[in-house]
Amino acid sequence: MSARDVFRKIIGIELDESNAYTGKRRTLDISHNVILYLEDITVSFDGFKALNKLNLAIDAGELRCIIGPNGAGKTTMMDVITGKARPDSGSAFFGQTIDLTRLSEPEIAHAGIGRKFQKPTIFEQHSVFENLELAMTTDKRALTTLTAWLRDDDRDRIADTLRLIRLDTEADRPAGLLSHGQKQWLEIGMLLMQEPRLLLLDEPVAGMTDDETMRTAELFVSLAGKHSLVVVEHDMAFVKALGGKVTVLHEGSVLAEGDLDAVQNDQRVIEVYLGR
Amino acid sequence: MRRPLVFRIASALDGRTRLALTVFLAVTLLVVPVLHLTLPPESAFHVSTYAITLLGKIMCYAIVAVAMDLIWGYGGILSLGHGLFFALGGYAFGMYLMRQIGRDGSYQSDLPDFMVFLDWKELPWYWTGSDSFLWVSALVVLVPALVAFIFGYFAFRSRIKGVYFSIITQALTYAAMLLFFRNETGFGGNNGFTDFKRVLGYTITSPQTRLVLFGLTALVLALTFVLARWLVASKYGRVLTAIRDAESRVMFIGYNPLWFKLFIWTLSAVLCGIAGALYVPQVGIINPSEMSVANSIEIAIWVAVGGRGTLIGPIVGAFVVNLAKSWFTVSFPEYWLFFLGLLFIVVTLLLPHGLVGLWKTLRQAKQTRPDDMELPPRESVLAPPLTPIPPSDRRVTE
Repeated sequence: MSARDVFRKIIGIELDESNAYTGKRRTLDISHNVILYLEDITVSFDGFKALNKLNLAIDAGELRCIIGPNGAGKTTMMDVITGKARPDSGSAFFGQTIDLTRLSEPEIAHAGIGRKFQKPTIFEQHSVFENLELAMTTDKRALTTLTAWLRDDDRDRIADTLRLIRLDTEADRPAGLLSHGQKQWLEIGMLLMQEPRLLLLDEPVAGMTDDETMRTAELFVSLAGKHSLVVVEHDMAFVKALGGKVTVLHEGSVLAEGDLDAVQNDQRVIEVYLGR
Repeated sequence: MRRPLVFRIASALDGRTRLALTVFLAVTLLVVPVLHLTLPPESAFHVSTYAITLLGKIMCYAIVAVAMDLIWGYGGILSLGHGLFFALGGYAFGMYLMRQIGRDGSYQSDLPDFMVFLDWKELPWYWTGSDSFLWVSALVVLVPALVAFIFGYFAFRSRIKGVYFSIITQALTYAAMLLFFRNETGFGGNNGFTDFKRVLGYTITSPQTRLVLFGLTALVLALTFVLARWLVASKYGRVLTAIRDAESRVMFIGYNPLWFKLFIWTLSAVLCGIAGALYVPQVGIINPSEMSVANSIEIAIWVAVGGRGTLIGPIVGAFVVNLAKSWFTVSFPEYWLFFLGLLFIVVTLLLPHGLVGLWKTLRQAKQTRPDDMELPPRESVLAPPLTPIPPSDRRVTE
């Protein structure tokens, strides 16, 4: 161990941190066409295993749905991927080289993973425009934000996203005054401003009308290919509309995987959902 | 293209604020000195020495209140130990004032009186250079900055928040107070520093010196306010309020809250230190009671009374509460703390946005527009304020 590492261990400073938030991307190696690997991930809280030797691989450009009963470990899985929870064992890799278990939440965000929470989490005091402005990929170090300003192409990007999430007429309103469905869309818009390679979406259509739900499905399908998406959802009509591969989680590990029809006819899945 | 920074800072102020600032500076830098020096004490328009000292003192408090508003109102971090940074700045400058006494002390020694009393033969190492105005001015900034940076780094890195953070800051200032009470610490123990004679060679009690200190304080207050306005209108300010409202979202969009909090925390401490350094020569004493927990809580009360997250509110709060205090402690000394407690309860229950919020509500009641609807207030005193950033404060456009 070098003196630098010792120093780092003692005071816990990430010495290369100054480079971590500048908006420059780490190189992502997807040479095996896989963007996310979770291998034998175990996370336990006071003896309870929220995740139990979970294995999951997401292909680049894939749209994957994760379903499963309450307590199956879906949110914990997202916590592990985004750095909020550290696994007790197992490995989590973004591409072939980026070890997610060693990075902090903001570093993972800069590497290109965006996360939408179950409950829409936006900045209610800020305007819709400002919400998108803050999310936009750029140098995000504290001192550079002091003199940061918006260039014309930044404005154009924000305007494009506003149109995409259909909030262009609401740009100057405080985000806290939006409807629940609009807040969900705003959060999705914030994710897109981050230009993520992988989007994690936790129940993105909760509280949306049927019409909004279907429009969201269209949006996600159009994003797949360019981005990879992992969607956790209970709404089966929505999952069906997305049309991707479905993974069923149960008690912290994968129970079944395949297209929706196959999974729905799987005997074990039926047992888990309907009870024995 | 972008204009120079000075212009951009100036443009963070709207016309009304600029007018108010001009009036404020004209009064403090011209009107008050002229009235004090030219009119005889009998005149109704004469500004007394007492008034100048009192207003100068309150302006120091107002600087602290703005500093507190930056971290509490905008950063959502309630410090109940800000008196520490104020006192550190005060003590640092007090060292210089003690050295300026020279051999005019009771013991006619080169050492400050309290050191002679303790039978010390030479100055402790940390008093080195305390006779240099420049070095001490640097200490006024560096000492609070260093203490705040180290404390803040570990507290924010450990993600200590809310009440826990407030309690730790209280413990910090309390521990410092106990340390400064000890004679061995070398800062005058119980009595602290007093009996100052000169500053930069000028007699500290002369009207001219007082007026210079008074004007300087007014200038620093104005600069602090402009700096704070600019900060909260910058993208930095928007990230800061975003951290206050939804810290996890901020992290997941790629900001590290640690450095954002640490910057505003350290800046806030430095502003308090400067205020403390301006306070000591005007008031003529600094002792460990400035670090008492009650003093720090009072700072939070000024901000809450005036209105959190408004910058102007805390200044109003500092003036209102302290003017009330100087009247109360003369007329009904034993009831002051009861009144202060009552004031805090009334403001918390009835005026979640403080006096400034009350004024805004009254004005809005006259000309109600649905667009200006405010979000519902939060329940907890510890929760940050909910005043939406007015459009004039936004620096989206250049």
